[in-house]
Amino acid sequence: MKADVLRVQGLQVYYHTALGAVKAADNISFGLKAEERLGLAGESGSGKSTLALAILRMIKPPGRIEGGEIWLDDCNLMTLSEEEIRQHRLARIAMIPQGSMNSLNPVIRIRAQIADALKDHGLRLSKPQLAARVRDLLQSVGLRPEVADMYPHELSGGMKQRACIAIAISLRPKVIIADEPTSALDVVVQKQVMETLARVQKDLGASVILVGHDMGLVAQFVDRLGVMYAGKLVEVSPVRDIFTKPLHPYTQMLIASLPSLEQKGTFRGIPGLPPLLRDLPPGCAFHPRCPHAFDRCQEEEPLPGEARPDAWAACHLLP
Amino acid sequence: MTTLLEARHVTKVFGGGLFDRNTTVALEDFSLAIEGDRPSITAVVGESGSGKTTLARLLLGLATPSRGQVFYQGQDLRAMSQADWRAYRRDVQVIFQDPYEVYNPFYRVDHVLTTPVAKFKLAVTKADARALIEDALKAVGLRPEETLGRFPHQLSGGQRQRVMVARALLLRPRLILADEPVSMVDASLRATILASLRTMTLERGISIIYITHDLATAYQISENIVVLYRGSVAEAGDVELIVKRPRHPYTQLLISSIPMASAERSWTSETVAAPALQAAGNAGCKFADRCPSATSPCLQAVPPLFRTDRHRAVSCYLYQGAPALPTEEMVKIFAEPAKGACVSASGIPMTP
Repeated sequence: MKADVLRVQGLQVYYHTALGAVKAADNISFGLKAEERLGLAGESGSGKSTLALAILRMIKPPGRIEGGEIWLDDCNLMTLSEEEIRQHRLARIAMIPQGSMNSLNPVIRIRAQIADALKDHGLRLSKPQLAARVRDLLQSVGLRPEVADMYPHELSGGMKQRACIAIAISLRPKVIIADEPTSALDVVVQKQVMETLARVQKDLGASVILVGHDMGLVAQFVDRLGVMYAGKLVEVSPVRDIFTKPLHPYTQMLIASLPSLEQKGTFRGIPGLPPLLRDLPPGCAFHPRCPHAFDRCQEEEPLPGEARPDAWAACHLLP
Repeated sequence: MTTLLEARHVTKVFGGGLFDRNTTVALEDFSLAIEGDRPSITAVVGESGSGKTTLARLLLGLATPSRGQVFYQGQDLRAMSQADWRAYRRDVQVIFQDPYEVYNPFYRVDHVLTTPVAKFKLAVTKADARALIEDALKAVGLRPEETLGRFPHQLSGGQRQRVMVARALLLRPRLILADEPVSMVDASLRATILASLRTMTLERGISIIYITHDLATAYQISENIVVLYRGSVAEAGDVELIVKRPRHPYTQLLISSIPMASAERSWTSETVAAPALQAAGNAGCKFADRCPSATSPCLQAVPPLFRTDRHRAVSCYLYQGAPALPTEEMVKIFAEPAKGACVSASGIPMTP
């Protein structure tokens, strides 16, 4: 059994608005093992991007981390100063942002953008050393060395996303957080980019948290999958179990809503709408849409429990 | 058999003005016809840059073809009388991709519903108009009392998109062109919206052209499918045949790249064997530069459609043993929609 590299404990992130606190991530706990790929899936507004940002302590006001601990190896990121956490980002825990289109600086060449990250983290490299480092990084994500001298607009969407991966791995982080890394790409390119990410992860021996709304994509990439609903992590299971025997009713219905290529007429929507995060129903947040809800669901919030070995879910139906 | 909407040998070229030598062929020699007497759902599937939005704009008369013509009930869109144009505008409705951009944030959502009622004089009294609108909203699974009177920002993306479907329904059109109607909607609502589209075809006899990048939803709701690659048809015909046993190398690549949410089907094979030929910018098949089985004839000329099965045509020289099919006859080989199919047979139930 590998030890956890990252351990999130009771994390709470609220956005404070004029209408009250929006509980974007509430009481989230999970662990990430060494070299593991963990997926976080959920619909829009379920809090998955907030959670990804919170792990890096990148929540901006009006958002605030209200409580909880984030352990990276034996260091609690919550206790670090701003400057210390800045040094940890990229070097030990890196982010591949959503929408590579907007995350590269359009007026700076790729080489300078990679160099910037290295310099900022105190790496003193001579020009030839830097050139060699940039070439190696680009090569590891399957880009030609010439790309270093190009501007972002000269690259295709897939190439831009690969350049972002190159920056993210430039300091060999132990944990990579990828937030919808392929959401604007075509399926063929998407598959290639995910293969690139899988390869660099293996080379680095890093762990990956993949955040996404596309259950198919997340399922194909990860070992374990967490499902989020209304700011809560409702289930975390090994990926092969989650599709064959999902525990939480929401997971079951979410999977049933996915169109299959195998058989016609096998997908159905979930009735109702997700609740407003600033006005959550009492008890289980899913109970108004849940076909199995009973009295207790309206009164008492279910806590996550280990329903099967290595599979956790928060539902009163489960023992 | 009357043809409702037809595109005949349509080509759309962008650029190439007086000082501009760079032209982009967005759509090349494309033909498609939607029959009026039996409602059908035809899907047009392609990745970005395949020409699917250009096709939508041409069919809606929002763009004029560089070559070829678009006909509505036998009349060229560009040569229509005012009255016919009005009829066309009413009979052919569109649902756009983005349920955020189609609303004016300063108006209540009622505005998009009351305007067509007034413009096309669908109702005499206010009460009639209200009843019409309420019916349309109920048909797409929205509660009128929770929808009307609200501003766009007070509705979710899925609700807004369903209001657009209701608006299209309101005019009792004969054809709905849906351009990526669910690409910005979450999975749990996607199924509901697609189900309401399908119900329209089955219950109200409205044909649908469903334009999408998502092969899985296209498979779920359509009978026939046209796969576009960089402005040309790669493969067309019976959706069951194409999805289960794709023949064109591009369709094969596309289907193998779709990540499926299941434990068994896995994204195994490493993508894209290296292309057999260096073939960028050639005069032949547009897929030749990525195709693992490209040979020299592929570079010489664009392959015609070969009718490989009763209900399928493929534009690839791998199948040149099969009889060639003129592009305008592509729709003639389409599989017939199942007659008298009911909602339960489609398996997609409506959810309120």
